[in-house]
Amino acid sequence: MSVLVLVENIEGSFKKKSFELVQYASAIAKSLGTTATAVALGNISEEACAALGQYGAQKVLQINDARLANFSARAYTKVLVTAAQQESATIIITSHDVLGKSVAPQVASRLKAGLIAGALSLPDLANGFVIKRNVFAGKAFAFVNVTTDVKVITLLANSFPIVTGTGTATVAPLTVSFEDKDFAIQVKEVNKVTGSVPLAEAELVVSGGRGLKGPENWGIIEDLAATLGAATACSRPVADAHWRPHHEHVGQTGGTIRPNLYIAIGISGAIQHLAGVNGSKTIVVINKDPEAPFFKAADYGVIGDAMEITPKLNEAFKKFKAAQN
Amino acid sequence: MRILVCISPVPDTTTKIAFTDNNSQFNTQGVTMIINPYDEWYALVRALELKEAGIATNVNLVTVGRADSESVIRKALALGGDEAIRIDTDSNDPYVVAAQIANYAKSENYDLVLAGKETIDYNNGAVGAMLADMLDMNYIGFATKLDVAAGVATVAREIEGGEEVDTCVLPLVVSCQKGMSEPRIPNMRGIMAARTKPLKVVAPADISALSQIVSYEMPPAKTGVKMFDIDHLDDLVAALHNDAKVI
Ligand SMILES: Cc1cc2nc3c(=O)[nH]c(=O)nc-3n(C[C@H](O)[C@H](O)[C@H](O)COP(=O)(O)OP(=O)(O)OC[C@H]3O[C@@H](n4cnc5c(N)ncnc54)[C@H](O)[C@@H]3O)c2cc1C
Ligand SMILES: Nc1ncnc2c1ncn2[C@@H]1O[C@H](COP(=O)(O)O)[C@@H](O)[C@H]1O
Repeated sequence: MSVLVLVENIEGSFKKKSFELVQYASAIAKSLGTTATAVALGNISEEACAALGQYGAQKVLQINDARLANFSARAYTKVLVTAAQQESATIIITSHDVLGKSVAPQVASRLKAGLIAGALSLPDLANGFVIKRNVFAGKAFAFVNVTTDVKVITLLANSFPIVTGTGTATVAPLTVSFEDKDFAIQVKEVNKVTGSVPLAEAELVVSGGRGLKGPENWGIIEDLAATLGAATACSRPVADAHWRPHHEHVGQTGGTIRPNLYIAIGISGAIQHLAGVNGSKTIVVINKDPEAPFFKAADYGVIGDAMEITPKLNEAFKKFKAAQN
Repeated sequence: MRILVCISPVPDTTTKIAFTDNNSQFNTQGVTMIINPYDEWYALVRALELKEAGIATNVNLVTVGRADSESVIRKALALGGDEAIRIDTDSNDPYVVAAQIANYAKSENYDLVLAGKETIDYNNGAVGAMLADMLDMNYIGFATKLDVAAGVATVAREIEGGEEVDTCVLPLVVSCQKGMSEPRIPNMRGIMAARTKPLKVVAPADISALSQIVSYEMPPAKTGVKMFDIDHLDDLVAALHNDAKVI
């Protein structure tokens, strides 16, 4: 028995999300009296793999096959299924991101294992294997019980605290036998927005709505985000009007996020928008309309013109940061 | 080329979420069902565009749902689907939904199967990927563009921090999201035509759920908003640091 967790690296280093995943996996392993094994694909050093021991991984299985550089759900599924069988894993965990959401359901299907997508909690073992997750894009929570022997979980980012310890994981190679069909997908082009904080796992998010009037005014949002080291987001009409890229759109038909701090600027707070963001720990709303529904869902509010308030708030944060250093 | 579009019935986005039976059941009273937006706006419309461009010959629809989802299926037919299958059961376990669809689709030789990126009610985002595995097809998830030429699909898909363009020989399962097409409204001709289009109801296969929702909970209500004015933004920053402890 063991708990298997898929970690992702970006250009050779593991990011926060992977540490959170390993920590979550090892917490589950501990409660089941077993150990956590991470599976690392691609070009990543043995030292970086061994360092996952700091988050509780006992072992890291590494596979660096050049063909895996192009993501293929089918090939990744084979990697996880092979590792699961080799390690007699009963729990398999990935992130609830575009990669994890493409792979975990296929692993679940292959192993006929129950899937919990977007987990927010550790399993409650006293009542079966019950995990809390968002439903209705965060308008409510559901408690899901999985009854199969093998279970597959995707973890929603920012759901589990990361504590850095001191362990070292053993690193072993993983061998998987692929077939041509596993690599039928050919990558033609990759367009990455570099330098920005990924929205899904960001702890701080600054978001703008139609109240900003046009894309030419987004500088104040970006400046504030830069001061805070925050990711930027937007409401749906803003993405629909192509003021901002689609992947920034949050809400019921966009991304669901749960940062520590969500600053909503010029956003009315429609039910469909709230759905994607009301898991945020703290919400600050800036709106010129005192009746804006968003104030009802907010912790802190400022009434007034965003064009005036946002730069001033930026100055206040800068002053705070300067005082801290 | 034959396309199958997976159409999920979901509660309207303005639905007030409430639960009954000691928080164990979603309260469907007074709830209006709509086509899951990702299925309608992107998967279905893009499939119709491929048909209009002469690339696809058929756009068929499949729904796993009870009789009360027929209005939703008729709307999808009114938008331009050719025929629909309803598998007469429902489940919020994605494995059951995928396995029911796979059981129907496996002998139908579809070239392209389109799903939405996720349902707006249970948000699993899993059925498309599971279905691909069950049908032994490749899967491209979270697609923002889709084109097909000479039996090869070209798909733009979301990746972390950007987008990637892939190609894959058909058959293929794709889950669709924003970017792929613009929403349409059914016209009178479509609505009239939909009345006589085939909507076949089939009995479900014997497939058990691998997960169950045991209960629901509403998020805790906010205790009240604390207001600051433009001349006291330093106090807001201090509150975020000292009280909320988020910076
Ligand atoms: C099926 C469906 C799905 C949807 N999904 C989503 C979704 O996922 N995400 C989403 O966001 N929306 C979604 N919507 C749309 C949603 O209903 C709202 O229309 C949308 O959220 C409104 O965006 P907004 O707040 O930016 O714009 P508006 O509603 O136009 O609000 C603008 C706000 O800015 C304020 N304002 C104006 N000028 C200023 C100023 N100078 N300074 C400060 N404040 C100012 C106004 O008081 C107002 O409150 C969906 C709708 C439907 C029907
Ligand atoms: N009951 C259903 N009937 C038909 N298709 C469905 C059903 N449920 C989900 N799907 C399809 O699978 C996609 C992803 O759903 P889910 O994995 O439940 O989030 C949806 O956007 C639909 O295209």
